[in-house]
Amino acid sequence: MHHPESGPFTRLARGIVAAAAALCLLLLGLVAAPASAFAEGAGSGEATPDGKGQKDTLTVAIAQSVDTLNPFTATRLSATNMMRLMYDFPTNYDPKDPSKVLPGLATKWKTSEDKLTWTYTIRDDSEWSDGKPVTAEDAAWTFNKMMTDDGAKTANGNFVANFDKVTAPDDRTLVIKLKKPQATMLALDVPIVPKHVWTKVKNIAEFTNDKDFPIVGNGPFILTDHKTDQYVKFKPNKKFWRGAPAFDELVFRFYKDNDAAVSALKKGEVSFVPDLTPAQAASLEGAANIKVNDAAGKRFWALATNPGAKAKNGKKFGNGHKALLDADFRKALFHAVDRKTIVDKVLQGHGVEGEGYIPPRYEDYFWKPSAEQKIAYDPKQAAALLDKAGYKEKGGKRLDKDGKPITLRLMCHATDPKDKAASKYLEEWWGELGIKTKTTCLDNVGDPWVAGEYDIAFDGWSVNPDPDLVLALHTCDALPNTPKDVGLTDNFICNKKFDSLYAKQIAEYDPAKRAAIVKDMESWLYDSGYMNVLAYPNSVEAYRTDQIKSITAMPASNGNIWGQDGYWSWWSAKPAGGEAKASSGGSSSTGMIIGIAAAAVVAAGIGGLVLVRRRSAADDRE
Amino acid sequence: MSATATATTAPATAAAKERRPGAARAYLAYLGGKLAGAAVSLFAVLVTSFFLFRIIPGDPVKSMTQGRAVSEDQLAALREQFGLDLPLWQQFTDYCTKAVTGDFGTSYQFHAPVSELIWEKVPNTLLLTGVAVVLYTMLGLWLGTRAAWRHGGLGDRLNTGVALTLWSVPGFWLGLLLIIVFSVGIGPIPGLFPTGGMEEGGKEGFAYIADVAHHMVLPVLTLVAVGYAQTLLVMRSSLLDEMGSDYLTTARAKGLRDDLVRRRHAVPNALLPTVTLIFVNLGHVAAGSILVETVFSWPGVGSLFYQALSVPDLPLVQGLFVVFAGAMILMNVLADILYPLLDPRVGR
Repeated sequence: MHHPESGPFTRLARGIVAAAAALCLLLLGLVAAPASAFAEGAGSGEATPDGKGQKDTLTVAIAQSVDTLNPFTATRLSATNMMRLMYDFPTNYDPKDPSKVLPGLATKWKTSEDKLTWTYTIRDDSEWSDGKPVTAEDAAWTFNKMMTDDGAKTANGNFVANFDKVTAPDDRTLVIKLKKPQATMLALDVPIVPKHVWTKVKNIAEFTNDKDFPIVGNGPFILTDHKTDQYVKFKPNKKFWRGAPAFDELVFRFYKDNDAAVSALKKGEVSFVPDLTPAQAASLEGAANIKVNDAAGKRFWALATNPGAKAKNGKKFGNGHKALLDADFRKALFHAVDRKTIVDKVLQGHGVEGEGYIPPRYEDYFWKPSAEQKIAYDPKQAAALLDKAGYKEKGGKRLDKDGKPITLRLMCHATDPKDKAASKYLEEWWGELGIKTKTTCLDNVGDPWVAGEYDIAFDGWSVNPDPDLVLALHTCDALPNTPKDVGLTDNFICNKKFDSLYAKQIAEYDPAKRAAIVKDMESWLYDSGYMNVLAYPNSVEAYRTDQIKSITAMPASNGNIWGQDGYWSWWSAKPAGGEAKASSGGSSSTGMIIGIAAAAVVAAGIGGLVLVRRRSAADDRE
Repeated sequence: MSATATATTAPATAAAKERRPGAARAYLAYLGGKLAGAAVSLFAVLVTSFFLFRIIPGDPVKSMTQGRAVSEDQLAALREQFGLDLPLWQQFTDYCTKAVTGDFGTSYQFHAPVSELIWEKVPNTLLLTGVAVVLYTMLGLWLGTRAAWRHGGLGDRLNTGVALTLWSVPGFWLGLLLIIVFSVGIGPIPGLFPTGGMEEGGKEGFAYIADVAHHMVLPVLTLVAVGYAQTLLVMRSSLLDEMGSDYLTTARAKGLRDDLVRRRHAVPNALLPTVTLIFVNLGHVAAGSILVETVFSWPGVGSLFYQALSVPDLPLVQGLFVVFAGAMILMNVLADILYPLLDPRVGR
């Protein structure tokens, strides 16, 4: 052996070990570092840079990544909610009753005799955050951009599809000429952007609007910082015409795991957490300084039956069960569904039994069936109806008109636990009628859905204050052009009566009359048995009362805080004041110091180890 | 080569001394072969990434517009923007010509260049998993060596038992436990660390580094806890294989201390299988650990990949796939380069 200890390998190995040890030390050293950084702030929570003392920060935990902050292309709820904070919309919805409209950037509006021209007066007390005045020209430019640039159509192109021409004859007047009458002109959920900033953007389709902080806007908040999947920060717009928000800072922090977000709420690291599961809500009930808001939701959760998929060109496709074409059969199925059990067991009480198509939060449009119209839970009547309609039961199996046992395919979203849970009940209830149900849960239901390859499917839409979209889904016009295309249609409903009602409501500018037509449409949809609403699931959310003193829900009585059609919640939120926060800040600082001490001990240990090893190595160099 | 291998029962370090004049040339030839192989693999990855993800069910345009109002005009504009209206072969040639220059196109859902999105997240993931891999490799090597040297003893049994138990624990579950105990705090234990994320934001310089390190502690701890058993076990078993060797007896006969026999003779020879494992682990670093990143809301590539797959956001999944596979290939090449240096029997 010739001094193996001096071989290249040992030297290399020693090098690796040394480097790794160094890295390790570095890491632990870093861990120890916050000691100095935080020791200063101990006991005072977060100090403001200007030294005025307590800075009131409202921190919201959200799970969904922001797709982009460009209002022309942003479509995710997380992003579109931020758009409402950054830019003023032409009109707003009343937080007390979301089916009512309030002035926004437009103070008033009028329509022409022929219903085709809308003239809006743009307010004169709104200013862009860079000091330039907001004019009608900004609004005209925004709409025109969406009408002419394909890249700018992505998010809100549907709003301008029926626009003929948009002009700004003067700074305060915006004129929109329509191709056809359109009753949704007070529900244009379009962020109006500053023309003088956006004309400089070369390619709107690829512009992310998150490089040049603060982002120029005129909403209640000004976006000051964004780091993808980490945080989005806002400061209040002191010059906002409706009044400045009370918090000094609004931060959206991304939590990819909702249990971790709930932990952050318990600790006080965040002020608000949305989208809680029943189990999470239960764990927070009774916790100190935490209020759980079990809010009426914006969504309906329904069963859609395949009415025989077809395209606009008349071609039929898909393979929906023939029995579902029979109105009595559909009605019998829904007589066997116990909505109370669905709400109690599947939603664990966090929801309301389904009735009409539009959720009860929208008072003006909410409709429910009359006593004789109602398809109530009644398994006996369901069986009798099937017998009468010619679906005989034989040996526990319900036979179709060709004498074959009926098996229905139920399609569910694998990503939605409530679909899976409800399907177990449906299998049982329909099983008692002798109908076999085969449930398939898919991550992506899009393909079989578009191809019409299902019998019954779990369905659900978030309903906007203006119900036009969720109604348009069931018109013949929404069908795909050919079986190969994809249409806007939800489940291939196409009916003359429904279509004529749809045309009537979109041309009706009187809100009360329009609401009456919408209710007629809901009534038809209910009777059809093509869409049967199981429940309106609640949105369950929670916030810290020692950080937020008051906050506006929408609707006021039992509404939600996150995902509002407006900026009401964050704009109206009032901070709880000093003491509570100081104590939480204090405890976290104490924790911090203990943590640092622990880290320092470990670092010292590792350092000592390295020293010992070095010394023993030195011993061998004799 | 096989003859040399069987003849050389002497330790690798001794063999290093016997380098022949042709060794450099042989090494270059070996290296050339490995590099060519890597280039072929990389090309194959580029091609497969295009076709592989087109098998995922789901129409990107449909899934992106699900649940909102879109006019037919909008749908057509999107299809054209994404190039989905072109025939497949044309999409493929477009993809190939661009991919060669490192341009993977524009993400469907984020409306931004794929390379920008990936490079924004890759450093975060490298930082987290890189530190974890270095730490658990060291810990594994150290404990593995101890365990093998005194195998069968209480220390060995305890060490291996604990490591195996932690290895069997799901990372996300351990992560959540750590959050509950060390972030929120239980009983006398105060909340020491943040519940998630990578930084508070608004900090600069040293305060920023300290902030990131503070956020890193729990996720790194989780990764180390569930990861070190692998290295420990491989190191332990390969060291056990060396334990009875004659050269160790010789070393002891020379009068070397037991400690030195282990460190200078046994461990270097037992290290080779572990090196392979280390490089495999390093190759995985780029892909990160989706579950741990999710639990600690670490802004890494894991959640980006998940979001890309669920649309499917084809340009983004393709780009990520190439980066993940490329990192693996690179690490394999590095391992191949290193082997002959560690053990001259390789590549001769």
